[in-house]
Amino acid sequence: MVPIQFSVENVSKRYGTGTALKDVSLRFEAGTATALIGTSGSGKSTLLRMLIGLDWPDSGQVLVDNKPLLPAERLLLRRRVGYVTQDGGLFPHLSARDNLALLPRYLGWDASRIDARAGELARQMQLPEETLRRFPGELSGGQRQRVAVMRALMTDPDALLLDEPLGALDPVVRFDLQEQLRQVFATIACTVVLVTHDIAEAAFLATRLVLLRHGEVVQDGTPQDFFSRPADKFVRRFVSARRELPQAQPR
Amino acid sequence: MKSRIKHWTLGIAGIFCCWSALGADAAVRIGSKNFTESIVLAEMLRLDAQRHGLGIEHRRAMGGSAILWKALLEGGIDAYPEYTGTLRRELLSDLPQNAGQAELAEALRKRGIGIGAPLGFDDSYALGVSQELASRLQLHALSDLRAHAELRFGLSNEFMNRGDGWPGLIAAYGYAPDSVKAMDHGLAYRALASGAVDVIDLYTTDAEIRNYRIVVLDDDRHYFPSYQAVWLYRLDAAQRTPLLEASLQDLAGGVSLQAMQQMNAAVMLDKRGESEVAGDFLGMRGSVQDSEGLWQRLWRHTLEHLRLVGISLGAALLLGLPIGIVAARLQRLGQVILAATAVLQTIPSLAMFVFLIPLLGIGAKPAIAALFLYSLLPIVRNTLSGLASIPAPLRESAASLGLPYRVQLLRIELPLAARTIIGGVGTAAVIDVGTATLGALIGAGGYGEPILTGIRLGSVPVILEGAVPAALLALLVLAFFEGIERLLTPRGLRLPARQ
Repeated sequence: MVPIQFSVENVSKRYGTGTALKDVSLRFEAGTATALIGTSGSGKSTLLRMLIGLDWPDSGQVLVDNKPLLPAERLLLRRRVGYVTQDGGLFPHLSARDNLALLPRYLGWDASRIDARAGELARQMQLPEETLRRFPGELSGGQRQRVAVMRALMTDPDALLLDEPLGALDPVVRFDLQEQLRQVFATIACTVVLVTHDIAEAAFLATRLVLLRHGEVVQDGTPQDFFSRPADKFVRRFVSARRELPQAQPR
Repeated sequence: MKSRIKHWTLGIAGIFCCWSALGADAAVRIGSKNFTESIVLAEMLRLDAQRHGLGIEHRRAMGGSAILWKALLEGGIDAYPEYTGTLRRELLSDLPQNAGQAELAEALRKRGIGIGAPLGFDDSYALGVSQELASRLQLHALSDLRAHAELRFGLSNEFMNRGDGWPGLIAAYGYAPDSVKAMDHGLAYRALASGAVDVIDLYTTDAEIRNYRIVVLDDDRHYFPSYQAVWLYRLDAAQRTPLLEASLQDLAGGVSLQAMQQMNAAVMLDKRGESEVAGDFLGMRGSVQDSEGLWQRLWRHTLEHLRLVGISLGAALLLGLPIGIVAARLQRLGQVILAATAVLQTIPSLAMFVFLIPLLGIGAKPAIAALFLYSLLPIVRNTLSGLASIPAPLRESAASLGLPYRVQLLRIELPLAARTIIGGVGTAAVIDVGTATLGALIGAGGYGEPILTGIRLGSVPVILEGAVPAALLALLVLAFFEGIERLLTPRGLRLPARQ
C-alpha cells in the first residue's frame, strides 16, 4: 500500500478538430486529494483518463511514480487504481456483489474474504448489506454510485480516480454522498484525483484545486486561493457562478 | 477457467469423431440417379449381392448423371447404373461419334472405370404428346413437330442442358418453338395431363406412357442414340471385392424392356417399394423387407436430419464465435470477414453441394460442410454486433478494472452480448433445418429424402412425410433457442430499467 504519485509533462491531445489538452504539466503528489475543475470541454476528464492509460497524449508523457507509463504496464497499474465514472459503470448482468467481486476474484480472493470486505465497505458507505444481492437495474442512482465507489475501493487501491462521480444525482443524495466521500478520503491514505464542475464540491472534498479552460491550466491552488485571489476574470466568474436565494418580498 | 477450456477441447474432439464416423460405412457403396428405374436397378444389385453375402450400401436418388459420374470417378461410390448413350454424348464427349464398344471400354478403363455387359433393355430418350393432340394434329414422328411452333415444350432440366438432349435435337430437326419450359421430370407428366404443356421428353421405359395415354413420337431422323442400360463400376472396387463383380455379371442381359416397364409401373403406379419390386424380379418374393414402418422411417430421417444440423451448427458455433470476437476486436478485419461470410451465403445451395463433391465426395459430409458455411454468417454477424453494441462507458468501465482481455471477454462482454449471439445461433439453426432438406440431392438423407421421393412418385403424402416434420423441427428449434435465450440471458439484463 504505497500511494501513487502521478505527473503529466507537457501533454497535448487533440480530438478531430478540437483541442482537449494543450501543453499541460501537473504533479499529483502521493497521498494528496486534488480536484480538477472546469466547464465541460475543458479537458479535465481527458487528463484523468490519461493517468491510467484509457487515453494517450499526442505529445508529452505521463509518469507514474516518476517512471513513464508504458502500454504494457497499464493492466498492472489499473489494478492498483480505483476508477469511478459518472454513471457508475456497473455491469447490469452482475449483481452488486458480483460487480464488487470481479477484480478480487481474479486476484484469487476467496468468497469469505470478498464478503467481509464488501460488508465493511457497505457499512462505511451506509448501504444496507442485503442491497448487494440486487442487480444494478434494481438500485437507485445513489445506491449505484455507492456500489461503484465500493468497487473502486475493494482491493485497497493506491489511488482513487473519480470522474464526476456525483454528477447525475439529485441534490439531496448528492449532499449525503459528498459527506461520505469526504469521510472515505479521510480514512484512506491513497492519492485522490476528482473531476467535477462544481467548485463547492471540489472545495469540500479536495485540498488542492486545478481549474482548466480549453485544455489549459488557468489556476492551481488551495480552495482559499480561488476565492480570495482568483487568477483572472474567468476564475472569478467560475467561483461566483451561484444563485443566491431571492430576498423575501416585504408585504 | 481451466474446466471451460477442457469443455471446448472435448467439443471439438467430439465433432471430429462424428465427422470421421461418417466415413466408416459399408464396404461397397453404390448410387442411383433420381428416378425410379435407376433406383430399382441399384436395389437389384444390392439384393443380388446380399444373396451372395456382400453387404452394399445404396445411396438412393443422388442426383443427375453429372453428380453420379463425378462421385464414381472420385470414389464416393463404387458403382451406378448408366446408359451408353449418356456415356457417349455426355460423359465421354471427347470420344469420336462412331467409336465402338471396345473404344468406349478403353476410354473408361483409362479412368479406372469398368463397364458391365448390357442389362438387356434400351431406355432411349423420346418426345411424347397426348393421344388427343396427336390425332388432332396428325403427329406421328419428331419431324411432324417442326410445323407447329405454337406447341409448348415442358422438358426436364437434365434433358434441356445435356449435349445428347435438347440442344442437339433442335439442330437435328430444325425446331423453333415459341415456348420451352424446364421442369422436374416427375412433374412433366402431370403438366402434360393438365394441359399446361403439349410436348414432354420421356424415357421409353417410363411407366406413365401407358397410364397417361401418351403417344411416343418416332425418331425418324435417328437422332437419339442407343441408351442401353449398363453398370459402371470402379475397377479397384471390383478387384477388392470379387463378389461385386459376380453380382454385376448375374444381372447382365436379364432385364427386358417389358420387364423394366413393368417394374417402373409397379413403383410409379401401384405405389410399391423399389426394393420389393427388385426383389420380386430376382425371385426373392416375400423375403425382401422394403421399407421400415412409417415411424421407423420417420425416426431415421429425424436422426439423419438432426445429425446434419447438429454437427454443422456445432462446428459453425465453435468457429463462428471466435471469428466474431476477433472481428469485433479488429474492426477493419471484421469488415472483411463479414463480407466473406456474406458472399458464402449468396452461393445457391445446389451449387455449393456441387462445389463440395470433389472435395468431400457425396453423402452427409458435403451437406454438413455446406450447412456449416451457411451457418457462419448469422453467428459471426450476431457475435460481432452483440459485442459492438456494448455501450462505450461499460466497455471503458471493464477496461479500467485492470482485468486481462480474456477475463473481460468471458465475465463481462460475452454475457452482455449473449442475447444477440444466441439469436444468431437460432437463426442459423432454422436456416440449417430448411436447407438440410436439399442434402437429399447428394445422398445425405434426412427429411429431404421423402420430399424428393414424393416428387418423383408424384405422391403428396410422401412429400408431406418429409415436409411436415421439417417444418415442425424448424418450429421446435425456434422454441428451443428462445428457451435457451431466456435461460442464458443474465437475470440483471431482463430487468426493466429503473430510473
